[in-house]
Amino acid sequence: MVSTQGVAQETVQAAQSAQPAFRAAAAGARIDVTEVSHRFSLHGAALPVLDDVSFSVAPGEFVALLGPSGCGKSTLLRLVAGLDAPAVGTVSSNGVAIRGPDPSRVVVFQDPTLYPWRTVRGNVGLGPEAQRRRKRFPWSTARSSIEPLPEGARSAEQRIDAALQLVGLTDFAAAYPHQLSGGMAQRVALARALVNDPELLVLDEPFGKLDSLTRLRMQGELVKLWLDARFSVLLVTHDVEEALFLANRVIVFSERPARVTAEVRNDAPYPRHRDDPKLVELRREVLALLGLVA
Amino acid sequence: MSGTPHLDPASGHPGVGFQQHAPSIRTQSARVSAVSLNPVGTSLLPAWLAAFAWLASAGLTRWWPDADEWPYTGHLLVLKLVLALTALLIGVAARRSLLARQPDTAQPRAERWLKAMPWLVALAVGVAAWEVLTAKLEWLPRPFFAPPQALIAVYFDDFPRLGSSVAHSFGLLAYGYVIGAVVGFVTGVGIGWSRAVGYWLHPVLRLIGPLPATAWLPLAFFFFPSSFSASVFLIALATGFPVAVLTWSGVAGVNSAFYDIARTLGARPGFLILKVAIPAALPSVFVGLFMGLGASFSVLIVAEMMGVKAGLGWYLQWAQGWAAYSNMYAALLVMALMCSGLITLLFRFRDRLLAWQKGLLKW
Repeated sequence: MVSTQGVAQETVQAAQSAQPAFRAAAAGARIDVTEVSHRFSLHGAALPVLDDVSFSVAPGEFVALLGPSGCGKSTLLRLVAGLDAPAVGTVSSNGVAIRGPDPSRVVVFQDPTLYPWRTVRGNVGLGPEAQRRRKRFPWSTARSSIEPLPEGARSAEQRIDAALQLVGLTDFAAAYPHQLSGGMAQRVALARALVNDPELLVLDEPFGKLDSLTRLRMQGELVKLWLDARFSVLLVTHDVEEALFLANRVIVFSERPARVTAEVRNDAPYPRHRDDPKLVELRREVLALLGLVA
Repeated sequence: MSGTPHLDPASGHPGVGFQQHAPSIRTQSARVSAVSLNPVGTSLLPAWLAAFAWLASAGLTRWWPDADEWPYTGHLLVLKLVLALTALLIGVAARRSLLARQPDTAQPRAERWLKAMPWLVALAVGVAAWEVLTAKLEWLPRPFFAPPQALIAVYFDDFPRLGSSVAHSFGLLAYGYVIGAVVGFVTGVGIGWSRAVGYWLHPVLRLIGPLPATAWLPLAFFFFPSSFSASVFLIALATGFPVAVLTWSGVAGVNSAFYDIARTLGARPGFLILKVAIPAALPSVFVGLFMGLGASFSVLIVAEMMGVKAGLGWYLQWAQGWAAYSNMYAALLVMALMCSGLITLLFRFRDRLLAWQKGLLKW
């Protein structure tokens, strides 16, 4: 526990010294995953997915979890999000054990999973509404923004506006999900997460299904958002370049059951360039760790 | 006919208007042009045809003597003339708006009514054929086949009885359907959502649901204090089963990621049911409501034929007792309009609620 904290502290300091513009985060959550093991039962047989995994995320840090497909990274994210409880070990946020989902730790999945019956605005407003900060008829359209709202709810409406503007979808507020492209839908999913002012953003291969150009653009936008907003980020990916372009630290996992095999710190300053020789060097190192000698 | 148009000199004579456009259409088709530059003439054609067909049909009523004396033939004549005039006025109004309108603006009402004109033509032909076969030639045996004016006679002479029958049927149906739909919906959500509710209600639903509601008829009339309440129960039963099963299937089929998303955003169980499960299940719920409505019509009529002393089912039974076949046709027509109207209403409601869904079936 103490040693992992030490590592995280160093990382933040490294990030700070490398990039003074980065405000190391008062608002970001600190996440500790301690000796977590987990298994699924599949047709009656126990299938181990996580094997004694420990790592932590310092406040405001961007950590990428990298590993082969199906190794159990997404399971780990579900534990951090509080959607499932670990069989062995503890997952804690700011020192408090995670017992269930909480809007301070928001997940963006690989599929945008927007509610098709809600407009873009309705989808983005889901969090404030679920936390009862926003009153609204379940299937009505964008009407509510015009109606007078009680105090407190008004600020929720403003935050929704701000989130929509942040992802550049203000003009599509009244559109339904089936009218959006894949990239736009994923941006709505991002706005739906950001509107809750999260302390931790949990990203499960968020750009995995986008075309490569959109993916590159969204990665750049994500870095900008993170540099502004001070939240911690836990990103699951199997894309080495994505991990190195975005994260302060890359944690490499083995095949299932997932174990931490290595940690690679990336001190390159933001905004990063994809052809930075340092990134290229790190990429070779990480690929070697994954058993792929390029 | 809202906004009956003022006849302006240019469009006052539809025949002339048509002839003006006819040559241009001919040259169009000769050139096999993909887009007709002047479609006004062709699109108005059905309206003029409908006016002509009803006028001709009226002439047939007026000048071809009936084989036997039928009352209300004069009313039929007036009705046909009114329909001819209606078609004419729609044609004139549509012509005016077609000529005045910019291409990409919304269609005014008159132009949308134009789409019904081919049907009005077919109706004129159908009614004329019906009249010829019954009143004029009497090829179809009396009294089993009634001419059109006999139906008009029923609507005029027997209006109080028929009107109260419609009101009674509608009241009974509304009670039974609303109760059945609400109970079915709540049951379906309960089974789909809660394992405990599912454990207790699922077997009951499986056993009782497939039983035709009409099979309960003798017992229901015995158990319930009035035939009205017994019929409400039967209609509710017939409605409730499909609504419950399809609501359940809709709730059970909700993408589990929708729940994960809502939970990470801080949603409580109430929110998950009301704002995730139910909206996601609504398309399926409406299939159930539609099927339930169909089942409720059938139970309604049977219940009214068997025990209730009012309503359209009872009216049919009563008419049969008097061998009043024209009354039966009249009642059937009213019943068809009522059932179709209610289903239209349900689909309208669905279209409004499920505007987000693509590719809805249009009723």
